[in-house]
Amino acid sequence: MLSRVAETVYWLSRYVERAENIARFIDVNYNLTLGESESLSKQWTPLLETTADQDEFVKRYDSPTRENVLQFLSFDEQNGNSMISCVARARENARTIREVISSVVWEQLNKFHLLVQAAGHSPQTLEQPQAFCEQVRLTSHLLVGAMDATMSHDEAWHFSRLGRMIERGDKTSRLLDVQYYNLLPDGGSVGSSLDVVRWSALLRSASALESYRRLRGKIVPIRVAEFLMLDRKFPRAMHFAAMRARESMRMITGSELNSYCYHSEQLLGRLCSSLDYAVIDDILQDGLHEYIDQFQRQLNTIGQEIHEDFFSVDRLNAPPQASVMT
Amino acid sequence: MLLLPYEMDGGFDEMFAPDGRPRASGERFVRRLEALADGNLRERQKSAELNLQNMGITFNVYSHQAGTEKIWPFDLLPRIIDAEEWSMIAKGLEQRIRALNLFVDDVYNDRKIIKDKAVPESLITSSKTLRKQCVGLQPAEGVWCHITGVDLIRDADGQLYVLEDNLRCPSGVSYVLENRELMKRTFAHVFEGMSVEPIEEYPEQLLKTLLDCAPTGVSDPVAVLLTPGVHNSAYFEHSFLAQQMGIELVHGSDLIVKDGFVHMITTRGLQRVDVIYRRIDDDFLDPAHFRADSCLGVKNLMDVYRAGRVSLANAPGTGVADDKAVYAYVPDIIRYYFDEDPILPNVPTFLCDDAKQRQHVLSHLDQLVVKPTNESGGYGILMGPHASADERAECAEAIQKNPRDWIAQPMLNLSTVPTLVGDELKPRHVDLRPFVLCGKDVYVMPGGLTRVALKKGSMVVNSSQGGGSKDTWVLRNGTTVAPKFVSNTQESSSC
Repeated sequence: MLSRVAETVYWLSRYVERAENIARFIDVNYNLTLGESESLSKQWTPLLETTADQDEFVKRYDSPTRENVLQFLSFDEQNGNSMISCVARARENARTIREVISSVVWEQLNKFHLLVQAAGHSPQTLEQPQAFCEQVRLTSHLLVGAMDATMSHDEAWHFSRLGRMIERGDKTSRLLDVQYYNLLPDGGSVGSSLDVVRWSALLRSASALESYRRLRGKIVPIRVAEFLMLDRKFPRAMHFAAMRARESMRMITGSELNSYCYHSEQLLGRLCSSLDYAVIDDILQDGLHEYIDQFQRQLNTIGQEIHEDFFSVDRLNAPPQASVMT
Repeated sequence: MLLLPYEMDGGFDEMFAPDGRPRASGERFVRRLEALADGNLRERQKSAELNLQNMGITFNVYSHQAGTEKIWPFDLLPRIIDAEEWSMIAKGLEQRIRALNLFVDDVYNDRKIIKDKAVPESLITSSKTLRKQCVGLQPAEGVWCHITGVDLIRDADGQLYVLEDNLRCPSGVSYVLENRELMKRTFAHVFEGMSVEPIEEYPEQLLKTLLDCAPTGVSDPVAVLLTPGVHNSAYFEHSFLAQQMGIELVHGSDLIVKDGFVHMITTRGLQRVDVIYRRIDDDFLDPAHFRADSCLGVKNLMDVYRAGRVSLANAPGTGVADDKAVYAYVPDIIRYYFDEDPILPNVPTFLCDDAKQRQHVLSHLDQLVVKPTNESGGYGILMGPHASADERAECAEAIQKNPRDWIAQPMLNLSTVPTLVGDELKPRHVDLRPFVLCGKDVYVMPGGLTRVALKKGSMVVNSSQGGGSKDTWVLRNGTTVAPKFVSNTQESSSC
């Protein structure tokens, strides 16, 4: 398929997924801060760390109040990663490849765009952000469902899923990274009294509470981390996302199982292998934050290499690498 | 519903005769209308408009708000053409397109028509749309104008005239197809037993035309549609046609010239392209040969084209026959190549470049319509009878400054078709743009785009200026369907 179209559909899905995850971040934070009496700034700064957009925030806002942070993440059009920007870009992407996506998907994206625009004009939205965040999550689910049910699962569809899964893996890891240490009492001493409500909120923000309960029952921080990182069956877990990304990659390249034709494919395979055999105790021993940091760096590199391998013009002067059987 | 009294405005109405009775071609349809309950038509009109909105059938209007999407305005009442008249129109169109193809080929090659003095040399050399880059080119199958949209109008005397030939990148055909689709959705039962010629095969015919004209020797040619992008006014049409034909919709940046061929940049590397249906004007096609500041085209595309390794539809350079001063000579062009009289007449046209005719134009500015020779979309036109003294003076000055850039025609009274205004039918002025495909054969789509001026008394039908559109029905004659294909007189040996 055309490189431009592949890139457009890949980013379309990344933007939709990004908007959905911002809604999740806001939601969890809102829940965590309910009934707290600490100074406001402390509670909303972690959110900026999660999205890694602090520098831009500081440029244009004086303090990280709840109102400022919510405005910045939801409706600030100058922030390229705000919900409103992500959805607008997703729609614009769809507009340039209408011949590739189904009309249902196009209509849903249009409605998504109108929904976020309308919410941005209403002052009540940010006073009670939960309802809006839920709408965003649901619309995103609807879109993914529509793509799944009304489009051929062909190369374009796999590029779309590849984008979605890379974005999702990255965002789940950020959510866990920022909240994990905030939630551990006394800097991480295990065994002290746990605030189940707040851990539940973290799981819920990844729509993971019910699945986790069925699997583990009791809330134990180390198991929560394990679930969000290494679970193979839960669709928002880092490991699951990486596996699905790899699956789509293989459908795109046609490579043999456990081999690769492209650099991006090699790196993604390597990332999956390390997750396949990872153990939560080792991860915690070496440092959860360090592990997640490295995971995010690897995903970034994979993203860049996907661009090099499939979208850029420069690659055309170099033949693809030979497939290597392992 | 009650249709009468239908107040005509003294011109020619396509559905009703002057005595207020329906014409033979519209009789059956009018009876169906009369059988509808009051208000039913308006409901259906609303439902059609809702459909348009949901389907996202839009066009972009160039205005201070760049690329504003507007819903395509559609009126439920069709324009009906009987079989006999259509057969004459189709023959006339075919004659015209064949002649224009021969003419463009001649202009860029032997120039016989100029040597034989059938058209003056100065007319050609002074044309702004003549492209020197195309001299000596011989496109596959000898076809320059693969897709043409010819604007026809009917004057008050009932005579059909050709108003202009759009030989560069004519647009509107997607709306013809969508209008028909919409009619079937919202007004299905009026079709029953009407025997309307189908038009749905157009995308198939278009693809065939494109592949017909692939470079010789290519066994399984690949065609693409090249669009200037999402902000172009016809972008909806570009993506619609690409989708209907199942070919890639590409931007200039998706194509690259390498090793003497044009390729698409795909996720698996380069893929060769053999035929480009381009919806970008000549000037923007190739920054190395035309406008250097264009970022819409493909660098060195013309080199590949000149080498015969890619086909372009329409060929660059066809604009020379689009020039409105050249238009005035089309009847002579037809006589020169075929030794036949034109089947479809031109509107009488005064060339301001000719001293005598210019004098006539300047002294009758209050009666004539003055048009620039190189604009499309209804831009830059002076409607003499409706213009102010200042506007006429300004126009006279422009004519004297650059006489070659202007032509003038009598003010025509376009025919009308009943159009839904509120709950009533009112006459509104229309034109007709049939589409003609020319590959190994000529295909004339039965019908075409009927554009309608929605304001009372207005003659401006351009969608860019608030015109609407209607479905166009060509009735079949009893049971016989006229053959659509007339095999090409210049039989080609390739299979």
